[in-house]
Amino acid sequence: MEKKDMVINNNEYAVQILDAVVRFNMASERIDNLKEYFVKLIQHKLMFQEFLAIKDVTFEVRKGEAWGLIGTNGSGKSTLLKLICGIMKPYKGKVMINGTIAPLIELGAGFDGELTARENIYLNGAVLGHSRKYMQEHFDQIVDFAELWDFLDMPIKNYSSGMAARLGFSIATVVKPEILIVDEVLSVGDWAFQQKCQSRMKEMLNAGVTLLYVSHDIESVKRLCTHALWLDKGVKRMGGDVNAVCDAYMKALE
Amino acid sequence: MNLLLSRFMNCYRYKDLIIQLVQKDVKLKYRRSFLGYIWSILNPLLIMLVMIIVFGNMFGYATPSYPVYLLIGQTCFNFLSESTNQSMFSIIGNSALLKKTYVPKYVFTISKISSSMVNMIFAMGALVIVSIICKVQLSWYVLFVPVVVLQLYVFCMGVGLFLAQATVYFRDVQHIYTAFLTAWMYLTPIFYPTDNLPESLFKIIKYLNPMYGYITQFRIVVLEARMPDTQLIFQGTAVALVMILFGTWCFYKTQDNFILYI
Repeated sequence: MEKKDMVINNNEYAVQILDAVVRFNMASERIDNLKEYFVKLIQHKLMFQEFLAIKDVTFEVRKGEAWGLIGTNGSGKSTLLKLICGIMKPYKGKVMINGTIAPLIELGAGFDGELTARENIYLNGAVLGHSRKYMQEHFDQIVDFAELWDFLDMPIKNYSSGMAARLGFSIATVVKPEILIVDEVLSVGDWAFQQKCQSRMKEMLNAGVTLLYVSHDIESVKRLCTHALWLDKGVKRMGGDVNAVCDAYMKALE
Repeated sequence: MNLLLSRFMNCYRYKDLIIQLVQKDVKLKYRRSFLGYIWSILNPLLIMLVMIIVFGNMFGYATPSYPVYLLIGQTCFNFLSESTNQSMFSIIGNSALLKKTYVPKYVFTISKISSSMVNMIFAMGALVIVSIICKVQLSWYVLFVPVVVLQLYVFCMGVGLFLAQATVYFRDVQHIYTAFLTAWMYLTPIFYPTDNLPESLFKIIKYLNPMYGYITQFRIVVLEARMPDTQLIFQGTAVALVMILFGTWCFYKTQDNFILYI
């Protein structure tokens, strides 16, 4: 009955993850050369030692909700985000996404140091799946937000990490995505820019964007999000109202 | 069928990215060098000169317009070796990006092969110059050259896709391939004519080395000013299609696990 409901209400959800399992090959004995491969094949030791980064997590986000993902290091928060972005595929279970995603997992991941900022804006836009024409239309807006007009024709390898992050953030958010995924990227950049980013995220939230936000800063999670999901060693510990989950998490940490 | 269509649409959605990546490669190749794009023409010419000095006395007398003969073989084989070598690293070299954003992985392989093809087209400028100097009578059959290049492109794409995914799992592939490529080069009639080869060796080259077919088609069109035999065209196209299907199949089968190995 429950399953049926989910299919009917499919459009209500931005993200649906059902019993997802993500398996990693623990790198202790990584086989990436042929000799080892054949040796292991003969010894029947090819079975790798598996490590489950996410174990049977079910997680549903309705459109327009803002979820904070909290948990200690290595609890699977980033892996869950990668699952949602499509970077990783679940080993078992299902991931269903409804809407366009703007992933801010690492700002400026697609930047090429040799190219100038101007060229990188087009390249990064293309990485995010936008056409050249679209980027041309929004070019001014991007540079305005990043406040980098003076350095447009400088190779990006000469940028400071904060400047690159500014550019990355403005490219990723100039599109109006339906789902915004933010993974602790705002820790770089000066205070003023952080405030600017937060206010832009607030703006997008008011416009009905679904937000998934990973941070160790519980205060900012409480400020931005309406719901929270607490992951512990790949298992979902608690999910629901942001204050209740955050308080329980803080209590467990103490 | 629907799946195939949606995949194709997805690929089309990323065409701008492919174009951007190709532009990037081409732009960065000669950025800050004094002569810039002229190197694309000068480089093959210089290598050709070296080869003429070395092999000219040995083979030059038997082959009319030897410089053009040589340059065609050299241009084609250079494309193969450059494009496949580059695409071999297309996945592992972009690991940082592939871990952080969703991009179809084949985009990087396609763009590497395509930027090598752009280089090859530049290098054909050298071919034009040498053809004029050697007074080769060009005919309308030259219009068949793009078809030959297309066959070669599709073939290299197949090889590239295969190598790209194989290298993710076994880094040894890059070392094996270097040796393999050297053998391949000597088994391709780049600087020697095929007339004097022992019968058995010639058969091996003709039937087992696809590069023979592409280079021969190219030479017939330019030097002999006639259409290549249908059998040669058919064989070349068939091999290219088989190769790209095989490469794509391998790539699709393994791509979901790339992230665990890069």
